[in-house]
Amino acid sequence: MATKAIVGEKVGMTQIWDEENRAVPVTVVKVAPVRIVQVKTPETDGYSALQVTWGTKRASTLNAPETGHFDKAGVQAGTKLVELRLEDVADYQVGQEITAEIFEKGERIDATAVSKGKGFAGGMKRHNFKGQGASHGNHKAHRAPGSIGGCATPGRVFKGTKMAGRMGGNQVTTMNLEIVGADPEREIVLVKGAVPGPRGGVVVLRNSVKVATPAGRSGGSK
Amino acid sequence: MHPTELIDRDSLRDDIPDFRPGDTLKVHVRVTEGNRERIQLFQGIVIRRQGGGVSETFTVRKVSFGVGVERTFPLHTPSVQKIEVESLGDVRRAKLYYLRDLHGKAAKVKERRAARN
Repeated sequence: MATKAIVGEKVGMTQIWDEENRAVPVTVVKVAPVRIVQVKTPETDGYSALQVTWGTKRASTLNAPETGHFDKAGVQAGTKLVELRLEDVADYQVGQEITAEIFEKGERIDATAVSKGKGFAGGMKRHNFKGQGASHGNHKAHRAPGSIGGCATPGRVFKGTKMAGRMGGNQVTTMNLEIVGADPEREIVLVKGAVPGPRGGVVVLRNSVKVATPAGRSGGSK
Repeated sequence: MHPTELIDRDSLRDDIPDFRPGDTLKVHVRVTEGNRERIQLFQGIVIRRQGGGVSETFTVRKVSFGVGVERTFPLHTPSVQKIEVESLGDVRRAKLYYLRDLHGKAAKVKERRAARN
């Protein structure tokens, strides 16, 4: 499991120049300092995690349980509460702040977010089906899935058969992305490549669980 | 304001001259050979400018030993040392792809004399 994590909001994508003047595609993630509201430990909760919040929220918009929760921690209320599952939370205290400082350039991370909703999507878009021919007598079945099962045996369609349906809007993790830059002053982390989700979406950045090792050496970090 | 504008500002150059399709440019390109760097000139007519912000690019066309050569540069790339505007061209479209089908005198672009504001 990851040893450090932070949560941010996706700003959008752009490009920057690297040392060799090549254009690098980057996703800008706004990482405001997050405040720890609750530390979950295996003894008390059965697993270890940090519950964090960031930003500000007017006290009048909080309900009583929320107010109580923030008051108990003695932490200023934030826009959302997000849990960061970590391997070890012994070094963290309630009220402590985590900033973009935890990441350095060149580090590998995993980014988790809720992907963009695609609505009701057909088999070609949802499961990369091939579709059917444009011609050879095809009639109104160009993007249809084709056969979905046998005939009298088994006489039914198997459960879990890939078909059209709701696509997107589920949690997606993109692994092994590279940090191109982290600027705690501007509250920004630059990640090479794409990160799931829409602009403004909440993204959890954790250090990578599957670190690539040079050939010949076995095993990655846990 | 584009959401990533604050980041883009670091990548933008402010020493780019004003030029349009049809203008003739001298592009000073940094070429790295091993660990030595030298400047290579690429001179030709701008046939397109495309995109905006950090990702804007322009394409320069020249005819070298009878062969048409086109190079596309990102406008803000640090690998271009300098851009010099040699002459201004008088053209009626934004994309001068028709120049590819012309050669010799027909491929010449009329010069624009009027000073630009």
